[in-house]
Amino acid sequence: MIPAEPAVDATQKQAITLKVNKKTYRLDAEPRETLLDVLRERLDLTGSKKGCDHGQCGACTVHVDGRTANACLLLAVMQQGREITTIEGLAPAGKTNGQEQLHPLQAAFVKHDGLQCGYCTPGQIMSGVAVLRDGHADSPADIREWMSGNICRCGAYAGIVAAIESVKKGDTIG
Amino acid sequence: MKSFSYAQATKPADAVQLLGAQPQSKFIAGGTNLVDLMKYAVENPDRLVDISHLDLAKIEPANGGLRIGALARNSDVAANALVQKQFPLLAEALLAGASPQLRNMATMGGNLLQRTRCNYFYDVSQPCNKRTPGRDAGDAAFRPTGCGAIGGYNRIHAILGSSESCIATNPSDMNVALAALDAVVQVTGPNGSRSIPILEFHRLPGTTPQRDTVLEDNELITAIDLPTSAVGGKSHYLKVRDRASYAFALVSVAARLVTQNGMIREARIALGGVAHKPWRLPVVEQTMVGKPATEATFRTAAQALLAGAKPHEHNAFKIQLAENAIIRALQTVSS
Ligand SMILES: Cc1cc2nc3c(=O)[nH]c(=O)nc-3n(C[C@H](O)[C@H](O)[C@H](O)COP(=O)(O)OP(=O)(O)OC[C@H]3O[C@@H](n4cnc5c(N)ncnc54)[C@H](O)[C@@H]3O)c2cc1C
Ligand code: SF4
Ligand code: FES
Ligand code: FES
Repeated sequence: MIPAEPAVDATQKQAITLKVNKKTYRLDAEPRETLLDVLRERLDLTGSKKGCDHGQCGACTVHVDGRTANACLLLAVMQQGREITTIEGLAPAGKTNGQEQLHPLQAAFVKHDGLQCGYCTPGQIMSGVAVLRDGHADSPADIREWMSGNICRCGAYAGIVAAIESVKKGDTIG
Repeated sequence: MKSFSYAQATKPADAVQLLGAQPQSKFIAGGTNLVDLMKYAVENPDRLVDISHLDLAKIEPANGGLRIGALARNSDVAANALVQKQFPLLAEALLAGASPQLRNMATMGGNLLQRTRCNYFYDVSQPCNKRTPGRDAGDAAFRPTGCGAIGGYNRIHAILGSSESCIATNPSDMNVALAALDAVVQVTGPNGSRSIPILEFHRLPGTTPQRDTVLEDNELITAIDLPTSAVGGKSHYLKVRDRASYAFALVSVAARLVTQNGMIREARIALGGVAHKPWRLPVVEQTMVGKPATEATFRTAAQALLAGAKPHEHNAFKIQLAENAIIRALQTVSS
């Protein structure tokens, strides 16, 4: 049987199409390029951060087809046809009263000091949005368990949990 | 990461054929173990065959139990209503593993095959018989390259079933639950399909620690079958680790118990974090049948399960920890 998709030469770049934040990007990529590297180095979407590059810290968390994933362990070539959302695509588009809008959880992180240096924050917020959407924010213990894939070296955990709880109580998740 | 070529398979038969078409090819499913190891140059395939699009992600009733497709995501299986109802032990073990993000990516087949490993395995500057097997592995003249953990820092390592070649533990939580549930692994390869009982699927290191399982390199896992036991009962997965969440098990226990009027009718106990494979001794379970479901019975069984445990310099604490964890897990399912 002849496989549907042709194999690609190791050194050869391959034309790939990625859908990120509702935009379609076409680029040439090597099979070994991770989604995180493509987002940051090729598409200029530097919101997703590289902390460990090994799936351990959660700084690179994005949504793939509406579910969180560590972009550092995903090969970009394997994400074609999937809907990718990064921190840049979270807030509602357009401006209100000349101001850019924030996603309610982004606003809550500001209000509740859910960050110090901010490096882990994009990943925290992408996980937080999923935690709220999937109904895992019923208690602080629940939030902590379902946010455990995101490490904060500054230890802003109290503020992070408070921010998620506040959105849960306000029920204003987008 | 070393450069490699990529091919996407659309049917299981194509996947097997693509894998066989070029040496040094590997399947990739969720990629959470493989990509990680490729970044450390521990795995260096020349070609990846992407199996993530195969139509093998269903969870369906089969023969009174369940058939779970090899490509089903760990998070989907844990959240599945049939799994939660019939095999809550599996859901509990899956949710005890890794992080929400990783469980969204990780597949059942990939979890079965995540490498049995230790920190030294990841560090290519350290000797490791599993990563770099002796050149004559398998024959009488076998000369190991060495094991960084033996004589090194071995707090997380095995206390049971290890060999002079390797003392690593299988890190999967799911595998421990599958061992207690008598799962059957369905595989297909160039020479046809076969079924492998879970207790025979993973292996002890012996003199060939490079082989974690009995799966052949050219075989594809298609499904995991879970048979339903004749009688109901209670189950629990207890995971003891260095932090409250998102850490590998130091010791874990998958327990299932059926009791009647305080007497044990059926028992299943599998241990994680203690050996190169999930540790289960059906003979010990047999001796529990007909005995009262009391701490004394549980302690005797725990000690029998751990008989012959051999600690290394830094992990002697695991023996007592495992004994207590077994008793705690059994008390939880008997109360
Ligand atoms: C930071 C971190 C923490 C973790 N913590 C835990 C934990 O606490 N508990 C736990 O249990 N696990 C843990 N894991 C491991 C995780 O569960 C595994 O990496 C995951 O289950 C592997 O599944 P995958 O689909 O991503 O496999 P892949 O990485 O895609 O594949 C793994 C191996 O299996 C082979 N393979 C995959 N599918 C098939 C198939 N159908 N047929 C034949 N071969 C196949 C591949 O060729 C590869 O060799 C952790 C991982 C990370 C990175
Ligand atoms: S315990 Fe096994 S995996 Fe770890 S260094 Fe020794 S041989 Fe390698
Ligand atoms: S950068 Fe991906 S998990 Fe740390
Ligand atoms: S705010 Fe600095 S790492 Fe979290």
